[in-house]
Amino acid sequence: MIPELGHFALALAVALACAQGFVALLGARRLDARWMAAGGALALGQFIAVALAFAALVWSSVIDDFSVLNVAENSHSLKPLLYKISGAWGNHEGSILLWCLMLAGCGAAVAGFGRGLPSALRARVIGVLGGCSAGFLLFTLLTSNPLMRLWPPPADGRDMNPLLQDPGLAFHPPLLYAGYVGFAVPFAFAVAALIEGRVDAAWGRWVRPWALASWSLLTGGIALGSWWAYYELGWGGYWFWDPVENASLLPWLTGTALLHSAIVVEKREALKTWTILLAIATFSLSLTGTFLVRSGILNSVHSFASDPTRGVFILGLLVIVIGGSLALFAWRAPSLGATGLFAPVSREGALVLNNIFICSIASVVFTGTLYPLFAELVFGAKLSVGAPFFNATVLPLSVPVLLAMTVGQILPWKRAALGPALLRLWWAALAATAVGVTVALGLRVVLPAIGFAGAVWLVLGSFGEIIERVRLFRVPLSVSRARLAGLSLSVWAAAIAHAGMGVTVAGIAGMALASEKITAVAAGETIAFAGYDWTMEGVRAGTGPNYNERIAPIAVHRNGVFIVRLAPARRAFTTQRMETTETSIHTTGFADLYAVLGEERDGKAILRLHYNFLAPWIWIGALIMSFGGFLSIADRRLRVGAPARGGKAGRTSHAVAAE
Amino acid sequence: MNPVGRRLMFLAPLALLGIGGVGAFTLLKRMAEGDFDPRGVPSMLIDKKVPDFTLAAQSGQAGFSAADLAGAGQPVLVNFFASWCLPCVAEAAQLLALKQRGVALWGIAYKDRDEETARFLKQHGNPFARIGRDAEGKAALEFGVYGVPETYLVDRAGIVRWRWVGALTDVVVARALNPLLKQYA
Amino acid sequence: MIRIFLLLCLLAGPAFAVSNPGEMLADPAQEARARALGQQLRCLVCQNNSVEESEADFARDLRRVIRERVTAGDDDAQVMAWMTARYGEFVRLYPALNAQTALLWASPVLALAMGAAAVLLGRRRRQAAPTPLSDAERTALEKLTTP
Repeated sequence: MIPELGHFALALAVALACAQGFVALLGARRLDARWMAAGGALALGQFIAVALAFAALVWSSVIDDFSVLNVAENSHSLKPLLYKISGAWGNHEGSILLWCLMLAGCGAAVAGFGRGLPSALRARVIGVLGGCSAGFLLFTLLTSNPLMRLWPPPADGRDMNPLLQDPGLAFHPPLLYAGYVGFAVPFAFAVAALIEGRVDAAWGRWVRPWALASWSLLTGGIALGSWWAYYELGWGGYWFWDPVENASLLPWLTGTALLHSAIVVEKREALKTWTILLAIATFSLSLTGTFLVRSGILNSVHSFASDPTRGVFILGLLVIVIGGSLALFAWRAPSLGATGLFAPVSREGALVLNNIFICSIASVVFTGTLYPLFAELVFGAKLSVGAPFFNATVLPLSVPVLLAMTVGQILPWKRAALGPALLRLWWAALAATAVGVTVALGLRVVLPAIGFAGAVWLVLGSFGEIIERVRLFRVPLSVSRARLAGLSLSVWAAAIAHAGMGVTVAGIAGMALASEKITAVAAGETIAFAGYDWTMEGVRAGTGPNYNERIAPIAVHRNGVFIVRLAPARRAFTTQRMETTETSIHTTGFADLYAVLGEERDGKAILRLHYNFLAPWIWIGALIMSFGGFLSIADRRLRVGAPARGGKAGRTSHAVAAE
Repeated sequence: MNPVGRRLMFLAPLALLGIGGVGAFTLLKRMAEGDFDPRGVPSMLIDKKVPDFTLAAQSGQAGFSAADLAGAGQPVLVNFFASWCLPCVAEAAQLLALKQRGVALWGIAYKDRDEETARFLKQHGNPFARIGRDAEGKAALEFGVYGVPETYLVDRAGIVRWRWVGALTDVVVARALNPLLKQYA
Repeated sequence: MIRIFLLLCLLAGPAFAVSNPGEMLADPAQEARARALGQQLRCLVCQNNSVEESEADFARDLRRVIRERVTAGDDDAQVMAWMTARYGEFVRLYPALNAQTALLWASPVLALAMGAAAVLLGRRRRQAAPTPLSDAERTALEKLTTP
């Protein structure tokens, strides 16, 4: 019964989404307040309907209802509860329903939290989101319905890929999709602005919290995925430039560019056309990524069961959504108003530079990911573009951005001189050079030294803006302290987010210094590695709910002091007949001690031990960046028009330009 | 910049989407028809001489080398198989049918033990006139093999003309192999 | 060129499969070379992993071949040539530079050039003189400004 209710809810959601699209857009056109309000209500209704359908799927999985096809194909009665729930989105149909849920959530969020927006703009945004939702829900209902029944039901399910039965997987797709799909809101804002024929400073301000929210969530999602790959796949690597990873990185890159160019729109009413194009491009990249991954057209480790006919459907959806918005862009964008001026060397200029380089990186990743397809079509040739290519091209392009990030933060608006600005950061440059030279001479390495120098430059220099604003050491300390208290949250957020990038760079540089050792060890043997003593205590057998495992406890000591007992294991899953390696990691905050168990032969176990210097910093840095993004949303200035406390309601929202 | 130029510039992203869409659709169509396999690896040996190799014989049969292939006097289907390979079981019937038709089938036992291969052949039938043993997989590397089963059509002159990855099915034999057998008979 | 690339590869972090320690070469310099080469080759069985990272049998075979070739004295280009002669360009994760990959390798420069061009075009448009007033507009302006 429940799956049928869910199925009905899904169909209802399609109808609601269509209504949402029509009513809201028409209401905005006719400036009919009731219709515009109805659009918001329909958005909420659509979200509830999709949520019910999703809940029905999760419920069926939890109670082991194998008459639901999706549950029979992907679940098993012995699977732990957490994975029964997360397994709902661990396959194509369930994850596309999750996509729809997030998209419906976007509409509901704008309806609920967008009260400060002018009603026509809000209605248009909700309308566009409704149209997109309608398309995706229809696709789900017609081609990838997770609530289809299977009769007669099998005795038990086929179980989920063991690699996916992991806590990291439980949170990675929802977080990633929230970010990925969340960029639909800036997209809708762009389309709404094109329909209205007006992009102004107010628009720049209104779109920013939504872009920030999606960006922060996406940063978290990508970082979680990278961390999951690191500890689950057992290779000690954290980013493989796999097409699916690139598909999530591309909207992140253009989203970062969008965040920064929206600031120029707000400040100068310049770069309007470019920002609109970026907003459209970011969501388009999310959609393209979805298409590439699910159609099977690209060769990837993360494969969903691919299906060319399904691919054609998604392609059609893509062409309608992206094509429609780009056609609107070609028609309306040329008439967007005159733009403000700024000198090439200025904060706006630095933001333009940021955009050029970040979008160049995005172009390279895009070209590299799609090149095998291009070569197949045009030359009939089969080639691969893998990690070595991306490392060789992206890393050089990122250096200018990383260097310029801190300088851009302290440049004045409109017109600036580069010399004085650079001089103000002398202390960060000094510290960076000192660290770089020390590492280079001490460890006799070049690139990691440059990496560490860059990280120090970023972390210290990011706070350069704050130091500038409080005029530290140039005015009495009491004055500085007063200025510090008066700083808006977004200034702190920018500093924190940029510093977070520095921490990630430090982590990446540290990983370049990681060391590893592969040895065959007998029980009781001790290996000295990376300043620690690793004693393998003997391999023993164990069992889990749906697997058998071999565990090799390793006691790690340093200078005789016991640190931790690692327990790497190899699991053999009974139903899917797969073996996975469970790595054992202990983090000291500055490094990861990482152990993997290999095969056992001749009474010895093959162990691979890693000392991953600064590995945790990669993800801590991403967390800091994400936190910075969220902090920025909390800035009161972005919530202009929210009803004031104490009932001074009804203030019309007009944009107050950033100071 | 003149107005027309400007209009064209704004149309550029849409044009790019159009080209991309057509390209993607073409590839999807090819995938559905079987012409394009994103995971497939094309063989480098097509229209080239068989690589040099010599293989020991499976017990009870004659082994062979590259020279033997060139001097066979008729087209030969070289089939890499193994006892531990499931699709090989699936194609066993197909290979026996080919043998009935008089096609010369020479097998290479890939990374297998003598007894295991013998057991496999006893259980599923032996369509091979000759069988070479490639226990280390070295000959396979020379051929560019990356999994089993793989089948190569070698013509009378010892030139490789066709390669198929995976089990041979009726469809593949009818559509691809038969015309070639006729052509190089 | 290849050395710069190798360095960049290492900056991004090593990633290796659990292999038999018996597989590794005795000479660390040769082993490092073999590893770097392995990271450039695609494992054809598992797709999108390099031969160094993959646990597949096939990957193990290729790793062994690489080490045999390296000890035999082949240089990097020769080992790559051995691989591509048997498996084609598809096996190279680091695409060769030739007519077919020209666009790919040019993409960073092209992207930057397009960005610079866009900026310059934008500046030129903003600096362009405003369109001159038409006669009707000029008359209207005079009417408004003369007392």
